[in-house]
Amino acid sequence: MRLELNGEPVEVRATTLAELVEEQGYQPRAVATALNGVYVPLHCRAATALRDGAKIEVLSPMQGG
Amino acid sequence: MVYGTALSSRLMLGTAQYPSPAVLAEAISAAGAEVITVSLRREGPGGGAFRELVRASGCRILPNTAGCHSVKEAVTTAHMARELFGTNWIKLEVIGHADTLQPDVFGLVEAARILAADGFAVFPYTTEDLIVGERLLAAGCEVLMPWGAPIGSGQGLRNREGLRAMRAAFPGVPLVIDAGLGAPSQAAEAMEMGYDAVLLNTAVAKAADPVRMARAFALAVEAGRAAHLAGLMPKRDMAQPSTPVFGMAELA
Repeated sequence: MRLELNGEPVEVRATTLAELVEEQGYQPRAVATALNGVYVPLHCRAATALRDGAKIEVLSPMQGG
Repeated sequence: MVYGTALSSRLMLGTAQYPSPAVLAEAISAAGAEVITVSLRREGPGGGAFRELVRASGCRILPNTAGCHSVKEAVTTAHMARELFGTNWIKLEVIGHADTLQPDVFGLVEAARILAADGFAVFPYTTEDLIVGERLLAAGCEVLMPWGAPIGSGQGLRNREGLRAMRAAFPGVPLVIDAGLGAPSQAAEAMEMGYDAVLLNTAVAKAADPVRMARAFALAVEAGRAAHLAGLMPKRDMAQPSTPVFGMAELA
């Protein structure tokens, strides 16, 4: 399946958001996720199915003012 | 006291643009900051180290929605921040214009209402407009953070009289000058006016010696606060001798 992850095209085997986070090597609790612009809480990732072309954002703390 | 939390430091610090993580950590400590603000961005290299630095600082985290231009973006970012940082505090920025980074106060009030109703403690980055302030309080905000000047501009308090009027209009509400400060004297002035705290970033991060500047701001904030509590003398148009004329010798 082909997805857009943080603005970059990726080819993945994952079928859920939780699997994607795992597959991409993120620490599940160190990131926050959104699917197609909608926030997906940690406990909902496993039940969130991915479709071809989905846009996923994986965010973490960053320097800010 | 904001959202039921007593804070002893009146200087809040942003964490961006420092020459190195080590300097950032030292600056936080030199500022005596209790609250630091951080952002959310796409996970990349170095994320882990920053997380550790934030944790080690022992500071309370005030995540922000910097860079969000719409209500939806800001609200979504706030939810992601709440999960990631385990806090309901959010520095709410809804930016209206890319050049001035002026808040979109219409979007701000709407986002504040949504987030406050959802249990967030909203710290809104706003202007000195009094009606917007009233609307933000009605939306559930318990603190207001008017800008001193555009973000990162270092211009200080660009509308002193407006900020003075705001202080007078909201006597019991914690007010924080957020953004635009460039020099410790400007922070002191805000505190002398009766503002409860200041939040700044660039003035410290872009100083030739950020750690020393963090300390300078801490001293200025403390001095300004003490001056406010002491009560400033009234201004006069004319000179008035401070030494009594009575008892003056006739020497002419």
